[in-house]
Amino acid sequence: MTITLTEKAADHVKKFLESRSDSKGLRLGVRTSGCSGMAYVLEFADKIGSEDQVFEGHGVKVIVDSKSLLYLDGTELDFVKEGLNEGFKFNNPNVKDACGCGESFNV
Amino acid sequence: MALLQISEPGQSAAPHQHRLAVGIDLGTTNSLVASVRSGVAETLACGDGEHLLPSAVRYFLDGQTEVGRLAFQAAPLDPKNTIVSVKRLMGRGRAEVEQMHLPYEFIETDSVVPRIHTVAADVSPVEVSAEILKSLKLRAEETLGGELVGAVITVPAYFDDAQRQATKDAARLAGLKVLRLLNEPTAAAVAYGLDCGSEGVHVVYDLGGGTFDVSILRFSRGVFEVLATAGDSALGGDDFDQLIVDWMLLQAGFDDDSLRGSRALLHQARDIKEQLSDVERVDVSVDCPDGSVWQSELKRDEFNQLVDKLIRKTLLPCRRCLRDAGVELEEIEAVVMVGGSTRMPRVRELVGEFFQTDPLVSIDPDRVVAIGAAIQADVLAGNKPDSEMLLLDVIPLSLGLETMGGLVEKLVPRNTTIPVARAQEFTTFKDGQTAMSVHVLQGERELVSDCRSLAKFELRGIPPMVAGAARIRVTFQIDADGLLSVVAEELSTRVKSRIEVKPAYGLNEAEIEQMLRDSFDYAKEDMAVRNLREQQVEADRAFEAVNAALAADGEVLLSVEERASIDTALDVLQQVRAGDQIQTIKQAIDRLDQATADFAERRMDASVQKVLKGHTLDQFQS
Repeated sequence: MTITLTEKAADHVKKFLESRSDSKGLRLGVRTSGCSGMAYVLEFADKIGSEDQVFEGHGVKVIVDSKSLLYLDGTELDFVKEGLNEGFKFNNPNVKDACGCGESFNV
Repeated sequence: MALLQISEPGQSAAPHQHRLAVGIDLGTTNSLVASVRSGVAETLACGDGEHLLPSAVRYFLDGQTEVGRLAFQAAPLDPKNTIVSVKRLMGRGRAEVEQMHLPYEFIETDSVVPRIHTVAADVSPVEVSAEILKSLKLRAEETLGGELVGAVITVPAYFDDAQRQATKDAARLAGLKVLRLLNEPTAAAVAYGLDCGSEGVHVVYDLGGGTFDVSILRFSRGVFEVLATAGDSALGGDDFDQLIVDWMLLQAGFDDDSLRGSRALLHQARDIKEQLSDVERVDVSVDCPDGSVWQSELKRDEFNQLVDKLIRKTLLPCRRCLRDAGVELEEIEAVVMVGGSTRMPRVRELVGEFFQTDPLVSIDPDRVVAIGAAIQADVLAGNKPDSEMLLLDVIPLSLGLETMGGLVEKLVPRNTTIPVARAQEFTTFKDGQTAMSVHVLQGERELVSDCRSLAKFELRGIPPMVAGAARIRVTFQIDADGLLSVVAEELSTRVKSRIEVKPAYGLNEAEIEQMLRDSFDYAKEDMAVRNLREQQVEADRAFEAVNAALAADGEVLLSVEERASIDTALDVLQQVRAGDQIQTIKQAIDRLDQATADFAERRMDASVQKVLKGHTLDQFQS
């Protein structure tokens, strides 16, 4: 079971975390909702719970709860620019189909 | 797929439910849009990487518009169709803008709102501002990848109701929902997180391209209160450029005044100024009209000497502002630097010296206002856990009503936090009065003539009653953007009348400042005038009442001598009322009271007898 993030994504996360002294890392997760079943969660993690697994990549702690991990195993988090818009992107090998925008998905 | 941003813990939005909100600094020269992404507030750039959008709009014959740098560059070529610095026209009447000596063609309309004739159409300042906002909105939606739920737009602290309303109208026209209008200095303080820190007094020093503003804010109990503002509406970075041009011309030995305004030279001067913020010396060369090239260099020390006088000119308003705010230097917690000109090291040095504290400069001074607005917008859009910050603003000048004698009754004192609603009951002055005029005023002085008239309306349909019996409740309501609505209601009949205040004429900063200063300077005189007017109103009331009584029962109840003594007292009162001796008027009223005491008693008895007539005592015992 593993989660990775690209160097570019890590650099951005590090920059954001610098201004937040009480955040321990980045939380990735999934929850049920949205137009196509599942939706991604991407949050600052202020707490690490007993259910959580912690991965580390390029100096950034990535925190995932064990339930979400089933859907996210093998995911790579990337940071990309599309025109003026920029943000994080989940490269998730488990996804079978996603809604048009990709914000929610099925496994 | 859609690109995601990092949310606050537990605040991940459902898909397609991102609450995208922006902060907009709608400036005189440049405008900016900023947003909070992944917990960080930053300004958004357009396609070519520029963050600042010059606040210029050019209109074309085919109805197209162009906003920003290209329009700004076209201003000298196409002055009539290219509107720059439209912020100065917001909320102003036509008479006012015509005095500003602008290159635009203002056309005659029925309304007091000025319209500018361009090849595309006749446009109002609100429409021009809306074009700028539209351009920023588009940029934000492209950058954030979705529709905006709303925006926080900043306005100068001294903007009045008309100017704030005009700004809101422009936003609506641009299809933006205004979450709140925020005072610029307050936004700058928010950007530095001063609203999360301890309570205290902060100074916001804003030296822009063409204007200088200084504000003193007090932060207490979660609210920023603007204690005082001051400034110079004709002092800014452009004046520094001009100094360098003058220096170049002097050094090169030209005394040709026509070169002073040369765009090329001004542009060069600006480059030199900006470079001197980072390096100690800059090479200067000027192409002379005779084909030769004059070369020299400008050292930072020399530059500092050149500009010291200008910088010190900004310290005068600072001193005045401190005095107006009643704040001592030791009380100041932080000084926030705003505006591109505060990048000059010498400005930071002298301002730091003056306020005896190192100014805050870590946020880009061009962007700090937009960043503060973005932080506020993020909270208002609901992206923060349990809204840690609910920032409120205050009204800059007191709001009140005209009462008898040309006096102003203040309902909402200045620096009251908004939103707020205040009500007060008033009554009629004359017997049988069926209408009441409600005159809404803004200002600190005691007399109507010294305050600013915002609106006037009438409440009709008051049932005829004796003077003082009607109860009319007037409610002032100010929303979070500082816009006022006034409702007058007669309580027995529930007759209502209301007005939304959208005054046609604005006040500029200097006028507000003047009004505030006058209220202190004339405090004593105002108090005396108020006392006098109150006494005169009292005299009128007594005069009216006695005359009404005399007309009703004078013949029956009074002897000739008694009548004569009352008439004398009335005459005396009438004479002294016209004078300005408060004590004398008071004595005359007292004397009239004494002269009519018996008469009043007899009238009372007479009316009791009238009621009792024809009834037996038994009927009253039960």
